[in-house]
Amino acid sequence: MDIKVQKVGIVSCSGEEIPEGTLSRLACRKVLDERPGETVTICLPLFIAGGEEERTFAQNYPTITVDGCDKMCAAKATEMLSGKPSKSLLIPEILKKHGLKAPTKLRHFGPEEDAAVKAVAEEISKAVDEVLEEA
Amino acid sequence: MGKKHKKVVVLPCSGIGKVYGAVARETAYELVEKVRPGLATLTCLPLLVINDPEAVALVTENPVITIDGCPKDCAKKSVEAVGGRVAKAYEAIKFYKEHKDLKPEGIAEVNETGRKLAQVAAAEIAQEVDKLAAEEGE
Repeated sequence: MDIKVQKVGIVSCSGEEIPEGTLSRLACRKVLDERPGETVTICLPLFIAGGEEERTFAQNYPTITVDGCDKMCAAKATEMLSGKPSKSLLIPEILKKHGLKAPTKLRHFGPEEDAAVKAVAEEISKAVDEVLEEA
Repeated sequence: MGKKHKKVVVLPCSGIGKVYGAVARETAYELVEKVRPGLATLTCLPLLVINDPEAVALVTENPVITIDGCPKDCAKKSVEAVGGRVAKAYEAIKFYKEHKDLKPEGIAEVNETGRKLAQVAAAEIAQEVDKLAAEEGE
C-alpha cells in the first residue's frame, strides 16, 4: 500500500528587532502545535549554519514563509539557499486585512496581542490547507 | 572627556523549536532593553542571511556577542559568514548548567523561570559588553 505523507515546512522570519518578528514566531509556533502531523519548521539561519539536509529542505517539502516586514528575509533566504516557497505571507498585510494594529513590544506578548497572533496563525493555517490541496 | 563607546551588538539565534533558542532571545532583549540599553544593540539575524547592507555593516563595524540555543551555532556562523567579528560566543545552556535551580520551559517564549535565567545570563554577559565597549573606545 502506498501511503503518501505530506508535510508543509513553515519558515518564520522571527526578526529580533521588530515586534512583528516575535508575532511571526508565536503564530508559526501556534500552527506547528495545532497541526503537528502536517507541519514542520526550520530555524532560518540553519540555511547558512546547517548542512546539506537543511539546504535541501525546500526541495523535499513545500514551504510557507512568514515575514514580519517588507524586507522579506524568510522568503528571500529560503529561495536563495534552498528553494522557492510555495507561499509567502507578510504580517503587515495580514494585520491590515484583519483590521488589526501591529504589536508594539518585542517580548512578553499577552492578551493584547492575542488577536494578532490568532489572525496570523489562521492565515498560515489557511495557506497550509491550500498547499496540501495542491500537493 | 570620556571614551568614545561604540555599540556592542548582541545577537541571539532565531531558534524556534528549542527552549534554549527562546532563552537566547529573552537574554538579548533583557540586555538591550533593561541591562545595557543604549550600549547593547541588536539586529534581525535573518537580515544577515540575506546580506542586508545595514545589518552587515553593523556586525562588521562593531564587536558582536552571539548567544546560540544549540550546538549548531547559527548566530555565530551567520555573523562569520558575512565577515563580522564575533568577540564572544555563548551557548544559552551554559547558564542553566551554572544555575540548575532555574530550569527554563517554553518554546516560543520562556516561562517565568526562564525569564529569571535570562536575567542572570544578561547580568553576566553585561560584563563582557562593558569590557568590549571599553576596548573599542580606547
